Amino acid sequence: MDLFGLVTITVLAVFLGFEVVSKVSSTLHTPLMSEANAIHGIILLGAIMVAGQADDPLILAVSLLAVVLATINIVGGFVVTDRMLVMFAAKPRRARKDDAS
Amino acid sequence: MKLLDESAVLAGYLIAAVLFILALKGLSSPRRARRANRLGAAGAIVAIAVYVLGHDIANAAWIAGAVLVGILVAVPAARRVQMTQMPQLVAAFNGVGGGAAALVAVVEFTHGPDGWARSVIAFTVFIGGLSLTGSFVTFGKLQGIITSRAVMFPGLGVLLAVLVAGAVASAVAMVLTGSMLYAIVLLALGLVVGVLFVLPIGGADVPIVISLLNAFTGLAVAGSGLVLSNVLLLIAGTLVGASGTILTVSMATAMGRSVPGIVFGAFRSTSSGG
Repeated sequence: MDLFGLVTITVLAVFLGFEVVSKVSSTLHTPLMSEANAIHGIILLGAIMVAGQADDPLILAVSLLAVVLATINIVGGFVVTDRMLVMFAAKPRRARKDDAS
Repeated sequence: MKLLDESAVLAGYLIAAVLFILALKGLSSPRRARRANRLGAAGAIVAIAVYVLGHDIANAAWIAGAVLVGILVAVPAARRVQMTQMPQLVAAFNGVGGGAAALVAVVEFTHGPDGWARSVIAFTVFIGGLSLTGSFVTFGKLQGIITSRAVMFPGLGVLLAVLVAGAVASAVAMVLTGSMLYAIVLLALGLVVGVLFVLPIGGADVPIVISLLNAFTGLAVAGSGLVLSNVLLLIAGTLVGASGTILTVSMATAMGRSVPGIVFGAFRSTSSGG
């Protein structure tokens, strides 16, 4: 893709990023941070790309280290977010019902 | 073997990007949050799957082994952690993500990029390195390995300024010469700055700094996406960079603090550590 297309996507993603989290309640700050952390673990894709093209042992070693680190980020990120949300799931729903009554 | 053509791969990236956006959006509602997290994980699986099915990948066995090692480290850590220790585990996961982004950029630097790509690589290497060590220091603070109080020593502000100036000089030298030596120096400076940047931050401000470093890693991932011309890394990284910035400001506001006050407070006076 040309540079202008990439810059367009970047600018739109900035505005979208501002927008999607603008109404989050403070109780969900930590899970949201954890979710965002898991999502940037998609650097795993970049690590696989460079490791899959490496033809020098040293470059392959560095790339594989990146794959390990990125896997820890993405897998750990989604699993720990799920654990946080398990304890969140029930309580706030009841609180909302109380507000309505 | 290529089972998918280029446009099918790009369609997969689009689906993954939409799933990531829905995941972030869904986290604003306690009821939908858990499902939203699964959508995010599904997006990641779609993205990796379409890439693997659409390209010839060398060293596939090595890569699969590295992924397995990562899973064997991450899953027990995430499952066994106690509720109270989750913020520091998120910090550690964030740090390794920043390190991965820095390493990917270093590897891309060996492919002889042009001047524009070199400057993006310089940014990614420095921010990724900073995020790696900065996150580990926040982990150490919350885990009680190092003191959770603000650590401040005379001349720290000056030292940081000198190191950042050195990093800018290394980045310029790296862009102009294309020499790997300067890239390594820049990575080393990023690692040191990450430690010194987080040390003076203490107490209740530490989780807010984790969120800030999370946004930094997002920017480093976006930088990797630019260098690799991969739209999904660019979108996901930018989304996290932008939403992480807003989240950091919201967290600081909820605690009656300001982000510049947290980051630079310790340098202004000795009495501002709230």
